[in-house]
Amino acid sequence: MMNAPIAKTVVSARGVDLTFETADGPVHALKGVDLDIAKGEFVSFIGPSGCGKTTFLRVVAALEQPTAGEVSVNGMSPDEARRARAYGYVFQAAGLYPWRTIGGNIALPLEIMGFPKAERTRRVREVLELVELGGFEKKYPWQLSGGMQQRASIARALAFDADILLMDEPFGALDEIVRDRLNEELLRLWAATGKTTLFVTHSIPEAVYLSTKIVVMSPRPGRISDVIDSPLPRERPLDIRDSPEFIEIAHRVREGLRAGHEEV
Amino acid sequence: MSRAGPVIILVAALFALWYAAAVPMNIREALTAAEREGVAVQPDTAVERRDANALGLVLANPGQIPDAWAQDRPRLPAPHQVAGELWQSVVMEEIEGRRGLLRSGSLSNRGLLLHAWITLSATALGFVIGAMAGIALAIGIVHSKTMEKSVMPWAIVSQTVPIVALAPMIVVVLYSVGLQGLLPKAIISAYLSFFPVVVGMVKGLRAPDAMQTDLMRTWDASGWQVLTRLRLPASMPYLFASMKIAVAAALVGAIVGELPVQGGGLGARMLAGSYYGQTAQIWAALLLAAALAAVLVAMIGGAQRLALRRMGGAA
Repeated sequence: MMNAPIAKTVVSARGVDLTFETADGPVHALKGVDLDIAKGEFVSFIGPSGCGKTTFLRVVAALEQPTAGEVSVNGMSPDEARRARAYGYVFQAAGLYPWRTIGGNIALPLEIMGFPKAERTRRVREVLELVELGGFEKKYPWQLSGGMQQRASIARALAFDADILLMDEPFGALDEIVRDRLNEELLRLWAATGKTTLFVTHSIPEAVYLSTKIVVMSPRPGRISDVIDSPLPRERPLDIRDSPEFIEIAHRVREGLRAGHEEV
Repeated sequence: MSRAGPVIILVAALFALWYAAAVPMNIREALTAAEREGVAVQPDTAVERRDANALGLVLANPGQIPDAWAQDRPRLPAPHQVAGELWQSVVMEEIEGRRGLLRSGSLSNRGLLLHAWITLSATALGFVIGAMAGIALAIGIVHSKTMEKSVMPWAIVSQTVPIVALAPMIVVVLYSVGLQGLLPKAIISAYLSFFPVVVGMVKGLRAPDAMQTDLMRTWDASGWQVLTRLRLPASMPYLFASMKIAVAAALVGAIVGELPVQGGGLGARMLAGSYYGQTAQIWAALLLAAALAAVLVAMIGGAQRLALRRMGGAA
């Protein structure tokens, strides 16, 4: 292990299987997934579509029930963790409500969780500053660009200060330039908040640039084919992507993806 | 402004069509009246004319065409006759009539305004009941499979029963439990107007996609919170669209409800007009009902714009 070996395990999966029964027979979305994620880690899940990376995230979030195996989040079952509001979830689409202002959208989970009004206002302002959207509180989502909307949705996931951040291809719908910029920002955000982050992507550079740990997955059945602990320092300027270490990890990820494909 | 021209041409064409249609419709009566006054008409007996083609009669007696637009009891009154009747029954009756607004201080029961008011109050009450019932049913259907399976088929069946057949029964049943006056008509109105609201709102409440409901789930939101903060706001465009249909249906319901009740209203007025062959009176009531419907639909449209502007303006 690269990080401190005494780090507390936040997410732990043991022998997780998930089979969807469909009209065309059973689909093995996950098969025998074992994984430990320590507090403060940034873990990327990468793989082709159908490899179960999103499904695994949904299992952690208790949006899907595994058919076999054990998952624990903060020492609780995923459903208990959900009730304890242990994580913020960011989807591929920003999913902001068009009838609420940006501030109103970010306040929504706080309202639902029963935060008092003054506290809501304070937190909304705080997370908007954090994602560099200060001053956009009164704007409606349609008045913002796609990248800004996605930043607002990250702010929404951060607002109630859960210690785990689950991100399902949050920048998948954005163009390369915006994506680079948001990747940098996300790293800064992660350094500032220290949140354990699970990040689903299908971009190799994104996974290598962001992560302390890269989980390479392969499809049919969805399983983990490689887990790479990144030797890159936590402080990462964008041009680290031209360094030999970066290229070497990217190469290993690519190898893992290819191996997963050839086994089928 | 650029659209005014074509609109005027279209309306003028409709009026021209109306005037043209009134000629063959009324030519027999016009010829009979002319014959009585000693004018020579072709053919010259009513018996022969009875079997003749109406268009043929018009061509044989072009001199009587203006008479066809001036009959006392025309089969199809000409536009100016309907306009005259509207003017008489809406304005002059209140000014000059013995029971009019000026002399008696209340709307005349021989004028259209009182009847329009009676219909409007039944429509409004029925629409409110119907819309509320529709929203409540839709909420139930969206939240409960049992409700969906048990209520939806009946809601659909309810709309296949002709309302003219059902209205007298509703009136009789309600009368036997002591309800009369406005309420039975409002209930018939509600019966017609709840259905579009149910259909629209079931769709509207289900409009949020899986991601949005998942998001609510990750926040551990209660069913009530999901309803009030996600489903209801998301359903607003559907609600207003279905309410536009519902308010027009409510008006039809109120008018149909007035037929068996005979307690006044535009429906009663139309029925009386048909009893006494006062076609202009029927058409005047009809046009007023149409105008009422247009105003009601426009009011819902106005409320929609207001609501959507308050909800961010882009939706």
